[in-house]
Amino acid sequence: MEFFLQLLISGISIGFLYGLAALGFVMIFKSSSVLNFAHGELVAIGAFLFLTLVSWAKVPVLLAFPLTLAGSFALGFVIERVFLRPLIGESLIFVIMLTVGLAAMFKGIMLFIFGGNLYMFPEFLPSWLSLQWAGITIPPVYILSTAVGLVFLVLFGLFFKYSSQGIYMRSVADNQPAALSLGVNVRRVFALSWAIAALVAAMSGVVLGIINGINVHDLASIGLKVFPVVILGGLESIGGAILGGLIIGLLEAFTGGYLSPSLKDVVPYGVLVFILLVRPYGLFGLVEIERV
Amino acid sequence: MRRLRFHPCGNYRESYGEELRIFETDFGRTAMLCGLAVLFLVVPFLSSPYLLYVINLTGITAIGALGLNILIGFTGQISLGHGAFIGVGAYGAAILATSWNLPLFISIPMAGVLTAAVGMIFGVPSVRLKGLYLAIATLAGQFIIEYVLIQWEGLTMGTQGIVLPEPSLFGLSISGDRAFFFLIFTLVVLMTWMAKNLFRTRSGRAFMAIRDNDRAAEGMGIPIFPYKLLAFGISSFYAGIAGALWTYYTMSITPEPFNLDLSIEYIAMVIIGGLGSITGSIFGAVFISGLNEILRSLSDILTNLPALQGLDLNPAALRQFVFGLAIVLFILFEPKGLAEVWRVIRSSFRLWPFSY
Repeated sequence: MEFFLQLLISGISIGFLYGLAALGFVMIFKSSSVLNFAHGELVAIGAFLFLTLVSWAKVPVLLAFPLTLAGSFALGFVIERVFLRPLIGESLIFVIMLTVGLAAMFKGIMLFIFGGNLYMFPEFLPSWLSLQWAGITIPPVYILSTAVGLVFLVLFGLFFKYSSQGIYMRSVADNQPAALSLGVNVRRVFALSWAIAALVAAMSGVVLGIINGINVHDLASIGLKVFPVVILGGLESIGGAILGGLIIGLLEAFTGGYLSPSLKDVVPYGVLVFILLVRPYGLFGLVEIERV
Repeated sequence: MRRLRFHPCGNYRESYGEELRIFETDFGRTAMLCGLAVLFLVVPFLSSPYLLYVINLTGITAIGALGLNILIGFTGQISLGHGAFIGVGAYGAAILATSWNLPLFISIPMAGVLTAAVGMIFGVPSVRLKGLYLAIATLAGQFIIEYVLIQWEGLTMGTQGIVLPEPSLFGLSISGDRAFFFLIFTLVVLMTWMAKNLFRTRSGRAFMAIRDNDRAAEGMGIPIFPYKLLAFGISSFYAGIAGALWTYYTMSITPEPFNLDLSIEYIAMVIIGGLGSITGSIFGAVFISGLNEILRSLSDILTNLPALQGLDLNPAALRQFVFGLAIVLFILFEPKGLAEVWRVIRSSFRLWPFSY
């Protein structure tokens, strides 16, 4: 029972982070229909930016976190402006391969500077954050990741519902020509969605780094984990991304705990194939009907 | 003797056969024959062992790239699992050669057929999915095959790998780079010839129709799903042959090389070479293999540079960076790839001095 609860809790908190990473992914996809293969690298860049600020530049944590987010925001903006904008209207394979190329570039740079080693953040979480409950201990990072996940979910909910930029983004996602004709600045929406996606990715990177340590390969592989998550939740649905993240996180924790650790990494893809065959639009995605 | 054919200054074709002709001029055919003669009679005897090794690997890669171009460039189905299919071919050949003791000339085609079967299984999702959903499904296929290769230890020996006996063909033992050169490049020529002719047949035309507009193709009475499956099968067949050759050439295999990076490398070849172009696939394979070798030696030089040694940096990782950069630059500035560059160069010679 204790083992079960332990797995449940780690599954939920990892799941929240998958959900957060997937959230950024879904945002890019919703507004600009770009499948971002470099998302894992954005996650890793966030974590390394934070590491550099905290460990090497000795910036206090409370300042380093906003700085990391700001840096990633700017990076996302630049990526869209320089690489993605010339490809608007090009065929899918080019857009996919461009993000794949970007992923290789980012990974190469990070490996060049940091190598494949495992880094740790200095301990900065206060121990009073940990919880004793029903005989098991919940470490502070899990509390933190769940809290961060919830806070950002609420923030994004509010942003999309009430702020004008959020409403523009929803309108572009809904119907691009109509949004254009109503005077929405679609280019700015694309840039903004990349920037926000990079920001969210960086945040999940920082929290994941606190949980598992920072390693280029591990963090970049999160970008591939995102695919089962978003397909399960539905490519166009933000709530679906979080729910999909939770399901995949729990599934991973339980197969890792009860069956075998090596199976853990492949089970999400098995689920992915199953969903694609049965219900390709996922739990909450848009159903595209096509007739000849 | 009939008159030699030259390029006409316009479209004067009178029959469908003329339209489908591979060599428009006699000069092209002669150049091709001369090129092949140089390839088979001069290259293997003049190259140094290292160069020959690189050339052989490039030949193997070219077969794989041809297969992927049939799928992505000609049929329009994006596959992110090509590296895994090459792995299936490699393991197929290795298992056939060690456990079943089959000779090379049987095990290579059988590995191809086996991979084609596996590829068709992973092509089944294409019945309902297309575009990016299909890309994601093949990504899942990549991970599942990779997992099976590592975990099914009874068959694949897991991470330990399989060591092959020395291959022989009709009693002649094939060892050394030069013998392999002839084996590999005979297959390269054969497979290129097959691919070139595939797109003059009914099936090949159907593939291109599906690529250009699948709904219109279906409306014209092309059964889409069987042809998509066939495309997956043919593409995986090429992958299987490439994998089998790789196995025989390196004499031992482990599951590590057949990961997502390999799949991405192949897609990069197809894009850099030119989507939907047979010559392009070969250009792409040559470009990427050459780039890989150049970057490898460059990073060796950089690693030994005294100025960098104190800095705790990893020059080996720059290989990945340049690789990504090449993909990005080609997509942004020459999306039609090297085949287009080649066409422009050729036509500027042909039209010289009146190039308008």
